[in-house]
Amino acid sequence: MSKQRLIVDPISCDAHGICAELLPELIATDEWGYPLLSEQHVPAELLALARQAVRSCPRRALLLAAQREKRA
Amino acid sequence: MPVTIALGGSPSIYWYLTRATGAVALLLLSVTLALGVINVRRLKGRSLPRFLLSDMHRYSSLLAVVFVALHVLTTVLDGFAPVSLIAAVAPFTSSYRPLWLSLGSVAFDLLLALIMTSLLAGRLSHRAWRATHWLAYACWPLALVHALGTGSDARLSWFLLIALLCVALVALAVLARVLSTPRLPASARAGALGALTAFLLFLVIWLPSGPLASNWARRAGTPAALLGHPK
Repeated sequence: MSKQRLIVDPISCDAHGICAELLPELIATDEWGYPLLSEQHVPAELLALARQAVRSCPRRALLLAAQREKRA
Repeated sequence: MPVTIALGGSPSIYWYLTRATGAVALLLLSVTLALGVINVRRLKGRSLPRFLLSDMHRYSSLLAVVFVALHVLTTVLDGFAPVSLIAAVAPFTSSYRPLWLSLGSVAFDLLLALIMTSLLAGRLSHRAWRATHWLAYACWPLALVHALGTGSDARLSWFLLIALLCVALVALAVLARVLSTPRLPASARAGALGALTAFLLFLVIWLPSGPLASNWARRAGTPAALLGHPK
């Protein structure tokens, strides 16, 4: 299974803060409420929560994307 | 009821179900609208997590669709009023209280549009979704006036209490939203409060002369053949 990581569309994001409430393990917020995402891939045990955070974003600004493998 | 017996046959189970599911649907729509109104912007000093309000808004809207569907189905199955499945979505296709029933059909159409665009929100632009979502402000008043104008329970205290609760929920949500958004443009503030006041005024003027007046069943357009019936 390919590894996935969270990305945010900074233009769509409106700092509702729901994603940070649902997934504080990977998402922090800056002082204006915008999300600061962890760079690491989403661990398997957090995938369900990550999908819920993506679904719950009122602006559909949070995405789960396959992480690009670094070529050797 | 002696009249019921004289006419040979008590109301079917569907008659009770359609009134109950209609009332529950109206309550759910009011809860959904109230949550939507206060949820759009962040509430300062909130004690509830936002995702909770957001999920409750979502689930209560889906539950409302289920109850409206049951409400439509039981009305058709009851068979007392000549209402077809088509009349549930197409206005002015039934002879039973045509105007007031049609308000319900239009509210149902709007509700379906709201739900479908929200389920497909990932594939729509935010602007298109948001534009459609404004229909909610038409859907709820239509549903409320449909309930009071079509429903034969409008003069009963339990139903009036439910209607009052629904109106209070939405009115409080609008007030809370307007008061908790200090940077709201004056035009938006005036629009929201004006629309709320206008709708409340309409209810206060319409109710005593309409559904609460004694001859409403005839004036609402109940077919003459059904008028003598205890329903």
